[in-house]
Amino acid sequence: MKKEVVAMLLAGGQGSRLGELTRKKAKPAVTFGGKYKIIDFSMSNCVNSGIDTIGVLTQYQPLLLNKHIGIGIPWDLDKKNGGVSVLTPHLKGDSGEWYTGTANAIFQHMSYIESYNPEYLLIISGDHVYKMDYSLMIDFHKSKNACATVAAIKVTYEEAKGFGTIICDDDYKIKAFEEKPKIPKSTFASMGVYVFSWQKLKTALIKDRDIHNDSDFGKHIIPNMLEEGCNLYAYYFDRYWKDVGTIESYFNANMELAQTLPEFNLYENFWNIYTDSENQSPTYTSEDSIIQGSIVSEGCEIYGEVYNSIISPDVIIEKGAVIRNSIIMQKCVIKKDVIIENAILDFGVMVGDGAKIGAFENIPNKQKPSVYYSGITVLGEDSVVPKGIVIGKNCVVSGTTFFEDYENGELQSGESLIKEEATI
Amino acid sequence: MKAIGVILAGGNNHRLESLTTISGRAVAAMPIGSGYRAIDFPLSSMSNSDINKIAVIVQFNSSSLYDHLSSSKWWNLGRKRGGLFIFSPYSSNYENPIYRGTANAMYQNLKFFQRSNHEYVIISSGDAIYKMDFNDLIKYHKNKENDITIVYKKTEDGEDIRKFGVISIDEDENITDIEEKPLKTDSRNISLGIYIIERKLLIELLETANKENRHDFVNDIIIRYRKVLKLGGFKFDGYWSTLNSVNAYYKTNMDFLKKDIRYFFTKEYPYISTKTRDEPPVKYNRDAIVKNSIVSGGSIIDGTVENSVIFSNVYVGQNVTVKNSILMSGSYISNDNILENVILDKNVKTKESLILKGEENNPVIVGKDHIFY
Repeated sequence: MKKEVVAMLLAGGQGSRLGELTRKKAKPAVTFGGKYKIIDFSMSNCVNSGIDTIGVLTQYQPLLLNKHIGIGIPWDLDKKNGGVSVLTPHLKGDSGEWYTGTANAIFQHMSYIESYNPEYLLIISGDHVYKMDYSLMIDFHKSKNACATVAAIKVTYEEAKGFGTIICDDDYKIKAFEEKPKIPKSTFASMGVYVFSWQKLKTALIKDRDIHNDSDFGKHIIPNMLEEGCNLYAYYFDRYWKDVGTIESYFNANMELAQTLPEFNLYENFWNIYTDSENQSPTYTSEDSIIQGSIVSEGCEIYGEVYNSIISPDVIIEKGAVIRNSIIMQKCVIKKDVIIENAILDFGVMVGDGAKIGAFENIPNKQKPSVYYSGITVLGEDSVVPKGIVIGKNCVVSGTTFFEDYENGELQSGESLIKEEATI
Repeated sequence: MKAIGVILAGGNNHRLESLTTISGRAVAAMPIGSGYRAIDFPLSSMSNSDINKIAVIVQFNSSSLYDHLSSSKWWNLGRKRGGLFIFSPYSSNYENPIYRGTANAMYQNLKFFQRSNHEYVIISSGDAIYKMDFNDLIKYHKNKENDITIVYKKTEDGEDIRKFGVISIDEDENITDIEEKPLKTDSRNISLGIYIIERKLLIELLETANKENRHDFVNDIIIRYRKVLKLGGFKFDGYWSTLNSVNAYYKTNMDFLKKDIRYFFTKEYPYISTKTRDEPPVKYNRDAIVKNSIVSGGSIIDGTVENSVIFSNVYVGQNVTVKNSILMSGSYISNDNILENVILDKNVKTKESLILKGEENNPVIVGKDHIFY
């Protein structure tokens, strides 16, 4: 069965700067915008762009991601020809290895791609929040008769240091490409979205395999193609695109969605973001509740007050509880009179009566100051905070905690309380 | 997998007035509880009871149901074995394409029953709101060795039950009498329009009825054979409501504001399933006030909503007050409106400063796609 376009979605990254949020799940499986997972944006972009053959490459903590994707029902990808395939690193004969780089990961699944004999290969990642019509980029690629087309955004000079930067002419033909330059010569940055003419890429992958063990698109494949004089083009994407790679950027990008007119519009009619909606029940708000400047997903029961917050499906917020500037994920239960400010609660968290989260002064986390510095406290999935506890800023709490785990019922700002489960 | 299911969703019903007639909607397709359609309840009850071969019989305004049932996968019925069958009247050389009654509708699709090897058939109306485990019914029917078991409910004293089928029952739960819409009755037991019958017996009865030119399942089979067959009752104590009037429709929706009823349908496993649309979360803007209401995905609230049922993709504008109302999907309420005791059908758009007030038992109904200029 031939497919003109096959998409390979790289979903194996950890996203370590998301700290506790990605300790037990890959970044693409992190909740975003209440009911979505980060991977939903790329997956939905594919199907909305008419691409129905997607290989999803997982590696780091894949369980949640695998369950989420399943056979692709939410994206109508449960198909006889094409559809979604979850691709994992595997043993081959007497060898086998983990993915050592982005291009290496694609190389390892060459037989999957070959089985569809595509003209073009679209490479995307499951780490970003954006709406993009890939078919327009593929049209651009065709019209330029390119070997490879790299989607690019404009960033600031400082940001450019963390990206692959592109120098191109007026026709968007790439002249130079630098991966994470110390002194950027351009602020035109690669989004990690590529269209390749498959035969060209195939040759390059096989060749690079013998040179670099950790074959990577930004570091090796793109620079090599340039060197060999291939036709490389940049495709300028000037719409909303967010990496949400740090606690702070993740938090802010979520918060923007609750604004009256957010830059990123989830309410458009013709570019739906699809996800695995377990339960379709409505959200109830009681006589005593106040919800303002917030988005609330289905199946919630709100008896307390919610301001400037993002609430995922099936959350219960009891009477007297007040939530401000926070992200509360699936199936959290916030008991009576709890006060939560500037916090991220991963799914299934239970906060006991009268507890307070986000108290005290703003001191960076002692163990991981580079991850938790913006005042946001993170409660890991399924953690439990007993009643009456007061937790400060930049704290991390994980697991079922008891009163005696806290000093005088308090966790000072910048402290971490990680209770490991007995089993792995 | 002892039983197959039949959902009767074809009735022509003027009792819901313009909500069905003008809107071109079958009663079974009526929006319920902010995110569901009436047929989701019997359909989910069947599918959750491991009944995986289900026929939905449609006739009037069937397109509303075709749309909702366009994929059977939401009810776990997209299977190689079994599945969801939708039967509407079709032309043949001999007959007008019309179902002349519920028995005739099943008779015209007799092959569905003949080509099954399940022991029983469970028949339900498509416009009742309930959740039931049919495995209990099957077990009960078998133990009592009934020919037909009718699910019934005991109503409160004083409730007007003249619109229902009324059954009399002895201590042993045998049905001693059954009357359709009696003018006067001593019994408080109403039939819920849910039946179980052995498949082979049903085929036989349908064939006989057809020969005699009789076409109604209740009158021409159940009532006619009440002295010949062993009819038993199965008492159902759970929530049950049928959409037989505008007030009943209004009340059923408002029932979802009650915690116990809402939890029963939406939080207690197994859940009621419906067509998945993946609407974005509800957005409550800075000045929103939403009290004692349910709201469904894709809606954006700027104003005040109280004691109301809001379906998906509704916009409630600034300085708006919505009270005791039902706003179906796609309603757009312009700024400075006051809406009380109204039912807005789908995609109604109001103009600024509109005031629309109904009475407590007499809501104002605005038809589908209406635009106030």
